Amino acid sequence: MESLTQTLIRDWSVLEGEVKPLLDEAREVLPKRIYEELVEKLKTVTERHGLSVEEARRIIRYVIDDYENSLVEPAEPVGTVAAQSIGEPGTQMTLRTFHYAGVREFNVTLGLPRFIELVDAKREPSTPIMYVYLDEEHRYDEEKAREVARRIEYTRIANVAREVDIELINFRIVVHLDPVMLEDKGVTVEQVKKILEKLKIGKVEQSPDDPYTLIIWLPMTGTISLVDMNKKRDKILNAKIKGIRKIKRVIIQAMTTPEGKTEYVLVTEGSNLKDVLAVPGVDPTRTITNNIHEIEEVLGIEAARAALIREMKNVLDEQGLDVDIRHLILVADMMTHTGRVRQIGRHGVSGEKPSVLARAAFEMTVQNLLDAAAQGEVDELLGVTESVIVGGIINLGTGMVELYMNPQQVALKRAEAGESGDGK
Amino acid sequence: MARSKQQKRKFNILEHELVPRHEIVPPDEAIRILRELGVKPEQLPWIRVTDPVVRAIGAKPGDIIRIYRKSPTAGEIVVYRYVVGY
Repeated sequence: MESLTQTLIRDWSVLEGEVKPLLDEAREVLPKRIYEELVEKLKTVTERHGLSVEEARRIIRYVIDDYENSLVEPAEPVGTVAAQSIGEPGTQMTLRTFHYAGVREFNVTLGLPRFIELVDAKREPSTPIMYVYLDEEHRYDEEKAREVARRIEYTRIANVAREVDIELINFRIVVHLDPVMLEDKGVTVEQVKKILEKLKIGKVEQSPDDPYTLIIWLPMTGTISLVDMNKKRDKILNAKIKGIRKIKRVIIQAMTTPEGKTEYVLVTEGSNLKDVLAVPGVDPTRTITNNIHEIEEVLGIEAARAALIREMKNVLDEQGLDVDIRHLILVADMMTHTGRVRQIGRHGVSGEKPSVLARAAFEMTVQNLLDAAAQGEVDELLGVTESVIVGGIINLGTGMVELYMNPQQVALKRAEAGESGDGK
Repeated sequence: MARSKQQKRKFNILEHELVPRHEIVPPDEAIRILRELGVKPEQLPWIRVTDPVVRAIGAKPGDIIRIYRKSPTAGEIVVYRYVVGY
């Protein structure tokens, strides 16, 4: 009741001075963000309603206690808890396996198949996708965004040609270009002509009656086989006009920024982070891909870790599953522990366990035991799996606590007790 | 090193939003940190010398790198990685 009689202080700087030692303790113990939030909230409450010193102390104390209570305790099986916390919601995902959700015209792997892809650290996702953000200049204008899109999209002659005919009798190959496609991809006939000339098949000429028809005159030397001609035709069709390898398609998507502005973002089918980052007009600080290995290669292991967490969270959120992000962080930490992205499985985290028995219990039992025997491996029996196999006590929770007895100390205590004349 | 802003744009990966701040820990401080954590350097998570960020900041095998990660639960946290070869 004493606290109620204490005077309310409305000036934060005064109150702050009063509770300084406790606040310092809070700063030591709490993470930066929680500490800042605590101070911020105390300040607003003080200024709005007033707070007594006693009340302020209690609040800070309570926050510290609550934080310490929520910490993981030593010997807590965080990995097992994470596995269960992801596995249980995962069973609900299985029923909806192989669902594809269309992002406009795209198919994106989602749900369980995507999650398996992430955890297996697959080299290439089954649907590689990039989100290419644009720089200040190109961000807000659709026309300018299209300009960048055209720079990125991989365009071959096949994309702009209606047909490519081989005229054996006339010793020439005729390329009919599609004006609509040329317009769409932002390519001129001149550009195509230059590229055809570079192929060094023959002299290139624009047809006099149709500007969209290009004629390649073949040199009149030797015999011309049909197989040879078809090879040349394929070469022409696959000739690159512009763009970035692997980027099959680009779609311009309008997004609303937090400030309420419309921003254009390019979504691409296919992924090539390294080359896209170098394209003018692209904002390289925000552009991302869903290929974790590519991120590891270009941006490093820490970026890969962050991307893994983000991707896993997205999959689960999309399925409406509420998994605490700390479990996902643990998974990502394990996967990136050795400085490269390892899968959770035979060729990664599980397969590199130091214990023979743990590995044998996971997969390929006989082979693992055989190899271990041949190499004379020793199992220290420190892990959970191997302890269970041999029927020992697991190194977790109360099983981790060991009791040591010092017989000398006990004898000493006994002797003291005997001296005091107890005589029991 | 002077950053050359030339026509061929070379993007500095350290500016990417996915890349947290990395810095090399000076040796004397590294010893203190290891003692505080009670671990040997190889018990820390690893990072390879071939890692693009390690190359960008010029760390060598045996160095310890301090990383300021953005954490969704704690705001910002500091972690360490041990630079290993190959």
